[in-house]
Amino acid sequence: MSGIYIHIPFCKQACHYCDFHFSTSLKKKEELVNALCTELVLRKNELDGNVETIYFGGGTPSLLSSEELQQIFETIYSNFKVSENPEITLEANPDDLSKEQIHKFTNSQINRLSIGIQSFFEEDLKLMNRAHKASEALESIKEAKQYFENISIDLIYGIPGMSHERWKKNLEIALNLDVPHLSCYALTVEPKTALKKFIEKGIVPPVDEEAAKQHYEILLSETEKAGLENYEFSNFGKPGFHSRNNTAYWEGKPYLGIGPSAHSYDGKFRSWNIANNTKYIKSIEAGELPSEKELLSKQDKYNEYIMTGLRTKKGVFLGKVESEFGKKYSEYLLKQAENLLKNNLLILENETLKISKKGKFLSDGIAADLFLVNLD
Amino acid sequence: MQLVAREGIFMKNIRNFCIIAHIDHGKSTLADRLLDATGSVTDREKQAQLLDNMDLERERGITIKSHAIQMDYVYNGEKYTLNLIDTPGHVDFSYEVSRSIAACEGALLIVDAAQSIQAQTISNLYLALENDLEIIPVLNKVDLPSANVEEVTDDIVDLLGCKAEEVIPASAKTGLGIDEILSAIIERIPPPKGNPDESLQALIFDSVYNPFRGVETYFRVLNGEIRKGQHIKFMATGKSYFADEVGTLKLKQQPKDVVKTGDVGYLITGIKEAKEVKVGDTITDSKNPTVNMIEGFEDVKPMVFAGIYPVDTEDYEELRNSMEKLQLNDASLVFIPESSAALGFGFRCGFLGMLHLEIIQERLEREFDMTVITTVPNVSYHAYTNKEPDTPILVNNPSDLPDPSKLNRVEEPYIKATIITKSDFVGSVMSLCIEKRGEITNQTYLTTERVELTFDMPLAEIVFDFYDRLKTVSKGYASFDYSPIGMRQSHLVKVDVLLNGNIVDALSALLHRDNAYDIGKKICEKLRQLIPRQQFDIPIQAAIGAKIIARETVKALRKDVTAKCYGGDISRKRKLLEKQKKGKKRMRQVGNVEIPQEAFMAVLKLND
Repeated sequence: MSGIYIHIPFCKQACHYCDFHFSTSLKKKEELVNALCTELVLRKNELDGNVETIYFGGGTPSLLSSEELQQIFETIYSNFKVSENPEITLEANPDDLSKEQIHKFTNSQINRLSIGIQSFFEEDLKLMNRAHKASEALESIKEAKQYFENISIDLIYGIPGMSHERWKKNLEIALNLDVPHLSCYALTVEPKTALKKFIEKGIVPPVDEEAAKQHYEILLSETEKAGLENYEFSNFGKPGFHSRNNTAYWEGKPYLGIGPSAHSYDGKFRSWNIANNTKYIKSIEAGELPSEKELLSKQDKYNEYIMTGLRTKKGVFLGKVESEFGKKYSEYLLKQAENLLKNNLLILENETLKISKKGKFLSDGIAADLFLVNLD
Repeated sequence: MQLVAREGIFMKNIRNFCIIAHIDHGKSTLADRLLDATGSVTDREKQAQLLDNMDLERERGITIKSHAIQMDYVYNGEKYTLNLIDTPGHVDFSYEVSRSIAACEGALLIVDAAQSIQAQTISNLYLALENDLEIIPVLNKVDLPSANVEEVTDDIVDLLGCKAEEVIPASAKTGLGIDEILSAIIERIPPPKGNPDESLQALIFDSVYNPFRGVETYFRVLNGEIRKGQHIKFMATGKSYFADEVGTLKLKQQPKDVVKTGDVGYLITGIKEAKEVKVGDTITDSKNPTVNMIEGFEDVKPMVFAGIYPVDTEDYEELRNSMEKLQLNDASLVFIPESSAALGFGFRCGFLGMLHLEIIQERLEREFDMTVITTVPNVSYHAYTNKEPDTPILVNNPSDLPDPSKLNRVEEPYIKATIITKSDFVGSVMSLCIEKRGEITNQTYLTTERVELTFDMPLAEIVFDFYDRLKTVSKGYASFDYSPIGMRQSHLVKVDVLLNGNIVDALSALLHRDNAYDIGKKICEKLRQLIPRQQFDIPIQAAIGAKIIARETVKALRKDVTAKCYGGDISRKRKLLEKQKKGKKRMRQVGNVEIPQEAFMAVLKLND
């Protein structure tokens, strides 16, 4: 079981909060797609077993033309064993989802759309410098629903100036549209982003963590009422509609990351491509992978299991810790968990450690408490 | 030809000298230059600040240990042996300085041409003058654009009563004046005198721990001579040894059969612990001992006490081993086991001063990989109970203070503080000293610009946050020195700090009644800044007995979770959380509150 992630590093315009790798110049799109295909061929022997999921992320993958998509799919299908029932997701922006565009995607192997709605309100979209309008947000979902059953939308909460009511309204619109999957993110001010600068200069008010926390609580209760399961900290889905691609990441399954800045994991090494379109293309054209890699130690893997496990509803299974890492690790884990259990930030049931409702918004620190590290 | 002196003969081809200078006035660089000019180092051995061979010394630009080095120099066709004894440059190490000075006949007084004379320099200069040392004033850094050659020369002339021509302009950086310094050392410093036929009498001025060879003792022979294989005795400790090896101190040690009258050398006897070798002790022959022990010997007493605890309670034994090893080469470090309700098992340690404390803490981290918590430092108090109002109880830890209901009185150590500053800053320096419970005893204008102020002050006040504030109020133009003047009665109260409702004994401090409220409030504020937000609110309180005098709260974290964690985020996020965990691991968990190392010293930095 494995997955392929393909990074499409182009956007029409830069969202103020985004720190992913992308370029707003589309000049090199054709060259880059060729390079993606070359990388796929160069790395065709890196994955064992069937490809269960393919994920186009970005950037803005909905900027790809039908021909470009087809070229990539042909390369994948002729070089990898794709399972009979794969999950193939494309991230799309509302402004790219006109009737014609959606039609173009239906003619490909794509069977899942992840739409970057972020908000149904103009003020929020403007503040974040999104390329679409509030009306397009709504229309794109309605349109997509006619062709795709498996749709996810992204929403952002904790935006400066966003009232509880407005957030609630956002959720209401999404849930009334009967979208089977939601990814909801607290607005995070990343270093070196426009948003960070605006906040520093006082142009945008700072993020209110208390409001974000309350938005999250609203999110938990509204999605629960609508029958969406909170299967990972930021992800909510109806049964049968959980993201298979992302679940594989959290379960430590191997994945191949194609394109600039994409990460890969083969069960032993994690590697990452250079985050520069020109250098990426040049290197691939010369037949060389522009990547660095690191070997994950047992301790690294343990820490990653804790970190990802606690974010998901599956939690951290002590039996797995013991069988995969040894008794020393499982005993250490329980000892570290003592205080957190006492303070009701963690729950221990069926030999499994899970974050409590109270602990959810603090889960990074909780995970860190359970980590094993050596002081240097 | 030998000149016959009253008490012996002059060793006319030997010169023993030290260097007196304030921190950063260029002592170590000048020493490097002298070594260079006398051909005592090869090019291969050259590295900046040769004598400061501890990493810590090089980084901080200060000398912690004394060092000695012998140079050969041919002057006017005659060969001379020059022994340079490099001394520590900090008030914490005044005693070591005094013993080094006692081993010399002359001193180079190095004064920065831009900064002029500082208090530390003056106090060491007085020591040198008391020991009848010939002073050679050197005006260093004359090449600096900010050099104030004429004025500073005048200051030196005023201070020493010498002639302006006797001041040697120099630049250790460019090499200017080095030859003049060397000829002055030979021409102006008297050769040592002593009686080679008398029984051995040598002054120990330092010792160095060598893990393979045991303790190396540095000495200056006053009378007689010391031979390899001689049966010798240290007079203060009363212990006898065989001199397994003796020699002189070139850049590398040079074993010799004998070190003669007037010369400086080293001795190896197989001693394994530095505390057996006491600076200031007299070495003599065990069968035919001298009757005169060299004057000035003191058992070094610690001035400042603090608890040292392992961050991880399980490392207690390892900490003990590390401290024992450290004590092998630093005899001035003393410690006894103690326990704290908050921190578990650790040690109450005595230090010469705050710099010494910092050095020990850093050496534990660097040389022994021990991360430690140092508790609020305090001085040594005398407490008297109503029951026995004449018997002092030594209080080296606030928790040792008897219950207030039984307490008759408390005495605290006082010092005489000498501060030299520019006349512009007299007002602000005085306010600071008065705030620190100082009483002015003297004010002298050394020159029209430079004022010497003396105060009687509680030692505890200079331990807490004094140096830094002095620097601030004087814009750096103040220097400071002190000497103990005995115990005085004071109104002291014990201020406790409570975190999350529990007293953290390691944060308790003894404070003067009049300052307790103000300082208690500042401690709480400082701790609020230093204790990171955790998963719950943490109340911080300061209390005298049951009475809460100040309160702050570290608010609970609201949000500590990253929104996204997909394929590309996992490594980055894992590393981020690992860093977070490492930070936490360096903190000490008391109850369920994680306290960073530096919080325990917070009271020292209340005005930052």
